[in-house]
Amino acid sequence: MAGTQNKPAAITLHRRAVVTRILRDRGDAALVCGIGNAVHDVASCGDDARNMYLAGIMGGAAMVAFGVAVAQPDRRVVVITGDGELLAGLGSLPTIGVEKPRNLAIVVLDNQAYGATGNQLTHTAAGVDLAAIAAASGFPSTALITDEAGIEAAIADIYDRPGPYFAVVKVTTETGPRLDVSRDGTYISRRFRAAMTGGG
Amino acid sequence: MASPPDWPDTVFGALKDAGVRQVAYVPDAGHARLIELARGDNAVRAVPLTAEQEGVALLGGAWLGGEAGALLMQSSGVGNVINMLGMSAECRFPLLMLVTMRGEWGEFNPWQVPMGQATQASLEAVGVIVQRVDDADSVAETVEAAARMAFQGGRMVAVLIGQRLLGAKNWDK
Repeated sequence: MAGTQNKPAAITLHRRAVVTRILRDRGDAALVCGIGNAVHDVASCGDDARNMYLAGIMGGAAMVAFGVAVAQPDRRVVVITGDGELLAGLGSLPTIGVEKPRNLAIVVLDNQAYGATGNQLTHTAAGVDLAAIAAASGFPSTALITDEAGIEAAIADIYDRPGPYFAVVKVTTETGPRLDVSRDGTYISRRFRAAMTGGG
Repeated sequence: MASPPDWPDTVFGALKDAGVRQVAYVPDAGHARLIELARGDNAVRAVPLTAEQEGVALLGGAWLGGEAGALLMQSSGVGNVINMLGMSAECRFPLLMLVTMRGEWGEFNPWQVPMGQATQASLEAVGVIVQRVDDADSVAETVEAAARMAFQGGRMVAVLIGQRLLGAKNWDK
């Protein structure tokens, strides 16, 4: 198996607890949530107009957030997504790495599985290192987080470090309760845009 | 072609007039001048992509953040964007795509023909409004009309810039 220098100990972090901790300090940040459990993890902290839930489409979350970040240069934009979702749009890492948006952070909840379809293994289970790919793509700061101390240390980076910042958080495949999150993209997107622009 | 065409300059003016602030693109000979103009304008963020679907997602985010954008691509990239356009459709993101055509008028490369011939039908199948233009004098006004339909009419619109207009190139020469 490749990547032995980064091979973590047993995975112990729970995704919902991780997201709850991260969102506690969100301030005025905009959140873009990738398809799947990430949407429910974020919504479980309280529905918010500044949350863009992408209930469909694999591989677009990072680029959607990049577009928001360009349009809203004074606001922090944070992606919360899964490893499978990011792997489906891996080209977005070099694209963002070249452009280096300072107000963008990407947090990948890496459970090494496709949770929505029965936990089939993703490539990260075989050692593919997303943080290393981000670093090689030009992200100035990246992190591989495997414990609560790592989460605490990353909070300031997620919200304040000049970006683009990229963190992989290794989490178990355990999920929290699913919520009644709207899948109406037209509604969610207009609500989000109004929160960004202060208008309708 | 004896002298460079001037339609990209008038098209860029139309994009600026429409409020376009983000231009996503993949390298393309037909769009070379327009890309150069976008990269040279400090009021426009020009973003080179590894593949076209990144641009669809980027411009969705642009709109979510309050800005307008345009995606410059070649017909061979249209196949790449179809699934991502499902997001634009469900979220009713305005979207303006300028597509230079290959695989039609005088095409020498057989590999370009399948996607080129399927371009318009593929876009229409996923709900994009397609407007073709085949003469240089009409490109700017077509882009202007498409931009209005995209950003004010709230629709996904693609302008297909015909290969006859661009000049059927022959790399073998």
